[in-house]
Amino acid sequence: MPGAIWAIAELDDDGQPTRLAQEVATLARGLAGTAGTDAAGVVLGAGEATVQAAGTALAAYLPVVLTVDVPAAAGHATAAAFAPALAALVLDRKPAAVLVGASPDGKDLAGALAALLDRVVLVNAAAVRWTDGAPRVEMSTFGGRLVTQSLPTVDEVLILVRPGSTTAEPAARPGVVTAVTPAVTDALPLVRVVERVAAEAAAASIDDARIIVAGGRGVGGPDGFGVIRDLADALGGAVGATRAVVDAGWIAYSQQIGQTGKIVKPALYMAVGISGAIQHKVGMQTSGTIVAINRDPDAPIVEFADLVVIGDLFEIVPRLTAALRARQA
Amino acid sequence: MRIVVLVKAVPIVGNERLGDDHRVDRAGGLEANGNDEYTLEAALKLTEAHGGDVTLLTMGPPPAAEALRKGLAMGAARAVHVSDPALAGSDARATATVLAAALRRLEYDLVFVGADTSDGLGGVIAPWLAALLGLPYLSYGSRIEPGPDGTTIQVRRLGARGYDLLEAPLPALVMGTQVLGEPRYPSLRGIMQARSKEIAGWSLADLGIAPETVGAGAAGSRVTSTALPPPRAGATIVRDAPDAAVAQVVDFLAARRLI
Repeated sequence: MPGAIWAIAELDDDGQPTRLAQEVATLARGLAGTAGTDAAGVVLGAGEATVQAAGTALAAYLPVVLTVDVPAAAGHATAAAFAPALAALVLDRKPAAVLVGASPDGKDLAGALAALLDRVVLVNAAAVRWTDGAPRVEMSTFGGRLVTQSLPTVDEVLILVRPGSTTAEPAARPGVVTAVTPAVTDALPLVRVVERVAAEAAAASIDDARIIVAGGRGVGGPDGFGVIRDLADALGGAVGATRAVVDAGWIAYSQQIGQTGKIVKPALYMAVGISGAIQHKVGMQTSGTIVAINRDPDAPIVEFADLVVIGDLFEIVPRLTAALRARQA
Repeated sequence: MRIVVLVKAVPIVGNERLGDDHRVDRAGGLEANGNDEYTLEAALKLTEAHGGDVTLLTMGPPPAAEALRKGLAMGAARAVHVSDPALAGSDARATATVLAAALRRLEYDLVFVGADTSDGLGGVIAPWLAALLGLPYLSYGSRIEPGPDGTTIQVRRLGARGYDLLEAPLPALVMGTQVLGEPRYPSLRGIMQARSKEIAGWSLADLGIAPETVGAGAAGSRVTSTALPPPRAGATIVRDAPDAAVAQVVDFLAARRLI
């Protein structure tokens, strides 16, 4: 029997596993089923009560959840605090594959963990399947222009899993939560958090949104994003943006999609007033359904959208929002 | 303040392709990775305000030198180009090992790395390097400033709901984002001066690294197949008046069970 498949859970600000963590847990459970091995989750956090509560939530998805209380994670950047504890746990229990969600925190943790373990990392996994006794990783390469399949050449690997690899589904019955205390030998320099500053009006995250309504130069200015936000609200989605409008200061960088922003894969991507330049396309072209609203019938976005409405966004988008709200009423 | 800025020369976005060996083809045009020029700009501003200078470091084939030339023209003092035929096909582990070996031979207070690269999207090299070198790691920086007494660095780390202000003693490794601010264009004077600046070429032998421990042969994974993504059917184009167009969009979304 191969070693176990682990899912490392990232917690949100309320101490609950993120949606990405739930997806990764579901993926680990499925892989272990195919491989005929065990699946387990690992929750790291500061404070016994915190990790116990998060572990219980994660146990909805996995038969076994290990919780690790890392006091140093309070008031410090998490990667350097978590990685030594997780490395000790991996060395002790020898899982075959450790799955980590490819969020900013997840990538920071995986890089530090790989260094401590001197271990191979397969990054950017859009899907993982167990074939020929090993996890086969599907990657969307070059902004979705190519799909590659890779196999590890070694027995023990770390895998960074992108949002949307699978649909999070709880197991038939909840698993067992066990608190563990790894014998930590390595340490990494801790980085102090001097203060946490909340944005004035935090927008819904685009990272794992099912629906994204994105605006580009066509919206005309910061006020133009009003109609985009209204449509996103009506659809229950998040607001995205191109680099041009982020550089212009119309909307926060956290919402930027594309080469130097985020790569997203929602079920529905609505591109409003977006021409579809390559730098934007690489961030969104693997979306499920792409709908574009644009004045220019020759815009590049027409070539990779599923539905294109040619017209003035300020005439179309408010009417669409109203129609969706009327439908819901 | 001595700052080493890592630069990765990536294939020009939109032109990337894999070679017959399933590795990224770097024989075509290369450009500096998008986020790397933002961290270079931040490094140049810091040294202009507080003294010191900027050293560029890249690992890549000979054409990667173009990205270094541009960085030198922007204002970096010198550059180091790690290049060796045996490095072709290196994975993240080999890349981190080689860059760490190069950094051990350089003197610095800070190492800057750009967030994510457009040809790999791993995003793991920066934390990997920091852990190998035992440096404090401050990531997703949107602003980088010396601490009050000059012995620390403060970085605003972008998060989903705002930012965390991080602080660590020097030396430290900082990963930066586009929010640091737009990179400058090289001036004509900068371009002229860059011609006389040194680009040191380092091989694996210079770094004391055995060739068989890096490159495609030592990579932790191999590409077993490549395929084009399933093509989209081609867009349905709607040119009706707004109300009729909206009705079509609603029907389309409903048919796909998206609303």
